Formats: sequence, structure tokens, C-alpha cells
Amino acid sequence: MHFGPHLLLAALEGLVTSAVLALTALGLSLVFGVMRVVNVAHGEFFMLGAVLAWAITTAIGGHPALGFLAALVIAPLIVGAIALVAERLVLRRLNYNPEATIVATIGMLYIIQQLALTFYGPEARPVEPPFSYRILLPWFGYSGYKLSVIATSALLLIATWLVLTRTRIGLVMRSTQYDSETAQAFGIPVGRVYAGVFALGAMLAAIAAVLIVPISQAHYLMGQDPLLLSFIVVIIGGLGSLRGTVVAAVLIGMSDGIISMFFSPTLAKIIATLLVAMVLVFRPQGLFGTASR
Amino acid sequence: MSEASPAKAYGLHLGVIALLFVLSFLLPEYYHGLLARIMVLAVFATGYNMLFGYVGLLSLGHAMFFAAGLYGAGLAVIHLGWNVPAAFAAGIACGAVLSLAIGLLALRTTGVAFMIVTMMFAQVSYLIILYFATWTGGDQGMVVPQPARILTFGATSLDLTNPTVRYMTALALFSIVLLVTLAIVRSRYGRVLVAIRENEERTKMLGYDTFSNKLAAVVVSGTICAASGAAYALLFGYVGSSFASVQYSILPLLWVLLGGAATTLGPLIGTLFMYYVIDVSSGYTSAYLLIVGVALILLVLFFPKGILGSIRQRWLEWLP
Repeated sequence: MHFGPHLLLAALEGLVTSAVLALTALGLSLVFGVMRVVNVAHGEFFMLGAVLAWAITTAIGGHPALGFLAALVIAPLIVGAIALVAERLVLRRLNYNPEATIVATIGMLYIIQQLALTFYGPEARPVEPPFSYRILLPWFGYSGYKLSVIATSALLLIATWLVLTRTRIGLVMRSTQYDSETAQAFGIPVGRVYAGVFALGAMLAAIAAVLIVPISQAHYLMGQDPLLLSFIVVIIGGLGSLRGTVVAAVLIGMSDGIISMFFSPTLAKIIATLLVAMVLVFRPQGLFGTASR
Repeated sequence: MSEASPAKAYGLHLGVIALLFVLSFLLPEYYHGLLARIMVLAVFATGYNMLFGYVGLLSLGHAMFFAAGLYGAGLAVIHLGWNVPAAFAAGIACGAVLSLAIGLLALRTTGVAFMIVTMMFAQVSYLIILYFATWTGGDQGMVVPQPARILTFGATSLDLTNPTVRYMTALALFSIVLLVTLAIVRSRYGRVLVAIRENEERTKMLGYDTFSNKLAAVVVSGTICAASGAAYALLFGYVGSSFASVQYSILPLLWVLLGGAATTLGPLIGTLFMYYVIDVSSGYTSAYLLIVGVALILLVLFFPKGILGSIRQRWLEWLP
């Protein structure tokens, strides 16, 4: 294959990564932005989504699309419910103190990981894609499913953006993010908004995971990489900035896809992590964020 | 915190050290080895506490300082053939230099950003260890050969693989670090650190250079952690990348929280307690991560001050 098609393939793979990353990071960014909580267990919600997708598709059987669609609806709901319970039982009692919530979500990470290992097992398991159509490009055939992942993610991102900017729910969320005390004084049930945002963040991660499972299999340790990458995206994009999150996800996904196709993936990760750490050191508000309050 | 007489505080700490010394002759073989390991790891926790407990900076990257000592000492022995004291010094030096560099960069940020930046730098060092697998052994790690772990002073030689020698070396390191931290905490400098934790703006207003004080704390903390890592490599003979992973940055946080942040003996108690909980529970279940997770959540919910911190709050106000 020549350099051009090779680059195109790397870019397409990068776009798939970006699409999934944007959804995952958006969840982290919402929780981080609205509640000021660093959810270290975010990667585990992602993993839980993938594992549940495997469980649901296996339970339903029949045509792969049937099970997949069921997983796409049910898995995020279950994960959201778990997040809701965790929020009510733990985070609320900590009064959303930033440091205490970090420690508590680290605890959640361990609990979810261990439960997944105990009940699901250490092996990686595949989920069949809902359809296996190949799109023929002049140089190579490319998985139609992967392209549909990109499209689905884009649709969901647009939907989230519409909800945040055009609806009452979005207004309530933004007002809580801007000044939770004043919002409370105006009769906004801040506690319920926090619970909803935390569940929504977990659900976005779970949706992203269901989308990626037919490509990369479900495994109980699969939450670690997306967690770190999501942190990177959220930081580069700037806290609570949807536009920044998407741009950063595309940037990271594409560079990860292209660099790891031409160089060693470990080297690519080292360079990317170091660069992002430097961004955070010298520009703590991120590339698109406004100065922190 | 009311003021303690120096005699009372130093007496308590010397008593703990004496107790650990006596235990060496009483413990059965298995617990003897376990306690030696716990003392070395308690040094790691003590170094972590220096920054987290006394300055209030939550770092998620301290595994990199432990690994700096571990690999600094391990690589010096394996590839350069250095003797034990030189390798130990090399490990500590690596930790000191690394913590100075990381401190200069990471301290430009505060709060949550500091936590994430330290975690990222730690992840970079973890990946670097994996990337240079030819020298570091990658994720397999390396074994420090037994003949390289013998300390010779002229005619006498100390075999660090001998359980008694190992225990006493671990105890010596732990005692030195404990007394040094006690002295630091009780000094003027220690007061400035606590003042920074409580209110950095006000401390700055009083004319203290908070940046260089915090930087010094990062270096002290990182160097102590590196000493723990170097001792681990030389005493237990294993150098592995898992010690540089994110999980190993979280463990000292857990130990310190459990024992009591900002108490000098808390890290030892926390490490001891957690090791025994895991040791006992692993007899019943292999799901020790679950126990760690539940312990973290319960601690932060109900005992935010940890074991020794709660004791100090209720009964012994003079604890340092």
C-alpha cells in the first residue's frame, strides 16, 4: 500500500478512536464541570458498559443486531442506575469535597473492577457487530460498522449539545455549574441535578463502550486507558467546554492513530502524555477553557 | 494541636522503635518477613505523608519516586555492578533529582490539576520503563542476584538476604526516616508547611515563600520514597514495573488515610493494618481489591482522619 492510502486508513482508525473518546470524555467533563468531582471510576463505568453489552447480547441471541440494539439501550440504563446509587450513597455524603470524592471514586474503581473479575472473569470476550457490511474504497475495503460508530457518536454529541444549550434541563445544569449556591437559592434542586449529571456521565461512558465492544472485545481491565485518555481530552479541551472536548478528542484520537501506525505505540503514548502534562502545567485552563474561577 | 514536650514525643517514637526491635526475636518466621516488608513500605507511606498530610498536596504520582529509587539502585547493581551502599545512594539521588524536576513543574498547578499532572508524569515514567525493556526487563522486571546483595565492611560482611539482617536493615531505615520526619514536623519549617496546608494565601502574606517551601517538601517526600524503593530493591531483590503503576501511587494514599494523615506514626499503622487485613482476608477470598475499595470508601465516609488522627482528636492531643 502507498503512503496516501496508508494515511487514510490510519486517519479512519483514528476517527473511530476519537468518536468513542469524545463520548467518554464528555461524560467525565460534565461531571467534572458541573459537580467539580474528579470521577476516577469513570473508566470502570466504561468497562461495565462493555461487559454488560456482552452479557445482554449473549442472553438474547438471535440476529446480532437485535442483541446489540438491546445492549445499546439496556447497558447504559443499568450503568446509570449504578452510578445513581453510588452518588446517593457516597458522593452526596461527602458533600462533594474534591479530595474526599477522589479517594471515594478510587474505592469505587477497585470495587467495580473486582466484581467484574469475580463475576465476569479475566478473559476478553467478543461481541458480534450488528451488521458486517464492508464499504469498498478504491484502495481497501473498510468496515461499515466502524463508520457507523463515527456517525452515531456525532449524532449523540449533537444531541447533547442541543440539550445543553436549547432546553430547560440544559439551562438548569449550566446554572448549577456556574454558581450552585445561587441556583439553589432560585429553587433549583441542586442535589438532584448532581445525581442526574453523575448518572448521565456514566451513561455516556457506557454508550461509548457498547459502541466499541464489537471492535475491541470486553475485558475487565479495559477501563484504564480510556480513563487516562479522557482526562487528557478534558484537560486539553478545557473544563466543561463541549467544543473543546470534541476538538481535543479528534486531536488525540487522530494523532494516536497516525503516530502509532508509523511509530511504536508506547513511544506515541509517552510523547502524548508528556505533551499534555506540559499543557496542564503551563496552561492550566486548557486550550479552550476560560480562566478558572 | 496543643504543644507536646519533646521528651514525650521522642519517647513515644523511640518506644515504637524498641518494640519493633524486640518483635524481631518474638515473631514466627512468616510474620518476621512480612513485618520487614511492611517497614520498608511504611517508609514509602511516611514519604507520601510528608507531602499529603503536612502540606495537603494530593499526589497520584508517588510510585514514580518509589520506582526511581527501585530502578536507580537495581540498575546500578545489575548493569554497572555497583556495591550495595553505592547503589542505595544512586537510588536516593535519582529520587532527589526527579522530585526536584517534577516539583518545579507540577507545583505550578494546584488542587485537582496537581493530582492529574503528577499522575501523568508517573504514567510517563511507567511507560518509559516499559519502553526500555532491554535494560529494565519491561513488565517482567528483574531479579537482583543474591551475591550482589552482600554488604562488606572490611572483614565483616552482611548478607542482606539473611532474614535477621534484612529485618534489622529495614528497621534501621524506618527508624532513621521516622526520627527525621518527627524532627522536620516539629521544626519551624514543619510549622510553615502546616500553615501552607491550612491557608496558603495567608502564609504568603506573612512573608513566607510558599513555592520554595512546597518545593522542598516535594524533594524531601520524593527522596524518602526513593529511599524506600532503593531499600526494597536491595533487600527483596526484585525490581519490577508494577511498582511504577498508578495502583502503586494509590496504595500509600490508602495507608496514610487509614493510619491518619499528618501523624508521624500513622503511615506505619496504616501499612501494618492494611497488610494484615489483606493477609487475613486472602485466606477467605482472593478478592482483595474489593476490600481495598470498600476500606477506602468507608474510611473517607466515616473516619476521614484515620486511626491515629481520630485517637489524637479524642484522647491524645499531644501526638505529633
